[in-house]
Amino acid sequence: MADNVTPRVRVPRDAAAGDTITIKTLISHPMESGQRKDSDGNTIPRSIINRFTCDFNGESVMEMILEPAISTNPFIEFQAVVPESGTFAFTWYDDDGSVYEESKDIAVS
Amino acid sequence: MTMSTLKTAACGLALLAAPLAANAEDLVVNGEIEMITETEPAAHLDGAVPTVRSGWTFRASETQQLQMDDFENPAMIDADNGMSAWNTAEGAEGKSCADCHGAMEDSMEMVRATYPKWNEEAGEVRNIQMQVDDCRVNQMGAEPYGLDSRPMLAMEAAISSVGRGQVVDVAIDGPAAETWEMGKELYYTRFGQLDLSCASCHELNYDNYIRADHLSQGQINGFPTYRLKNARLNGTHSRFRGCIRDTRAETFAVGSEEFLALELYVASRGNGLTVEGPAVRN
Repeated sequence: MADNVTPRVRVPRDAAAGDTITIKTLISHPMESGQRKDSDGNTIPRSIINRFTCDFNGESVMEMILEPAISTNPFIEFQAVVPESGTFAFTWYDDDGSVYEESKDIAVS
Repeated sequence: MTMSTLKTAACGLALLAAPLAANAEDLVVNGEIEMITETEPAAHLDGAVPTVRSGWTFRASETQQLQMDDFENPAMIDADNGMSAWNTAEGAEGKSCADCHGAMEDSMEMVRATYPKWNEEAGEVRNIQMQVDDCRVNQMGAEPYGLDSRPMLAMEAAISSVGRGQVVDVAIDGPAAETWEMGKELYYTRFGQLDLSCASCHELNYDNYIRADHLSQGQINGFPTYRLKNARLNGTHSRFRGCIRDTRAETFAVGSEEFLALELYVASRGNGLTVEGPAVRN
């Protein structure tokens, strides 16, 4: 179980149509690999974010499968072309079944 | 690295990544909080150093950039947690910090810049952490966090973050004078098998290398500090402990009278710099 999972996203507030914008996302998560053992020698169970998606107005922008080697607090930065005003929706899927969501609007002129 | 090559490196970086800082010699956080990273030493330093420099000026440009944007600063996750703890009711009284103090941005703005500070009621010098735990136990009826514990550092980071850009000005006169004198004495006392005082490295040899690391002046205006070395927030006292341990001495305890005195003295050496905590360092 992961506590205090907070997603954060940075998307520019506005852009010109057809612009390539940079999107940065960060989520606080321990990303426990499942390879470590605690002080009694028991395996600490795996607990990671295993999938991340970004949609724009319902259309998929990018999707990513995360593996256990990715470190604590995954920071994902990528670029996207924005054709029109709309909303970016970001979703993170946790091993424990939790889903964390965040969305950002962008105005395109 | 000399200053001129540093400049060139910084310019090269700026060309590659235009939205990043144009000049790594000025520390501006989020494009709005302007920091003082070099200043005239306070009178009580008696000319011990020609210029007081923030630890930020000693770091490589990649590390410096991490601190210039809250999104890139890994410590801000903890600061956010501290901020939500501020607004969460806890303990027997069912009160949160905000119930008495209001919004952190308003009531805590000057705190980081002026602590450690003499507490008249308690009749002792206190740092932020002692004050937080005192509040938790006596006002909220909650369990204390414990000094330099993870939630404590998160709270301190949040309190520090709202005070960023304020000029450090700890009082060293009046009732705090005795503690300050003790701190000064400790600063110049050689410890351990290596026979080193704080001054041996941070006053006489800053800017030189200690093995692979670049020695700073040991200013604490950036604490609690996120260290890339252990990827978490570090408290001032724990840092002092690490330093004294490295001289191969028996160290004082976190929260001891000695470290509190040293914290006040070292903070006073940085009077005139701005609050940077939570900063990013090696």
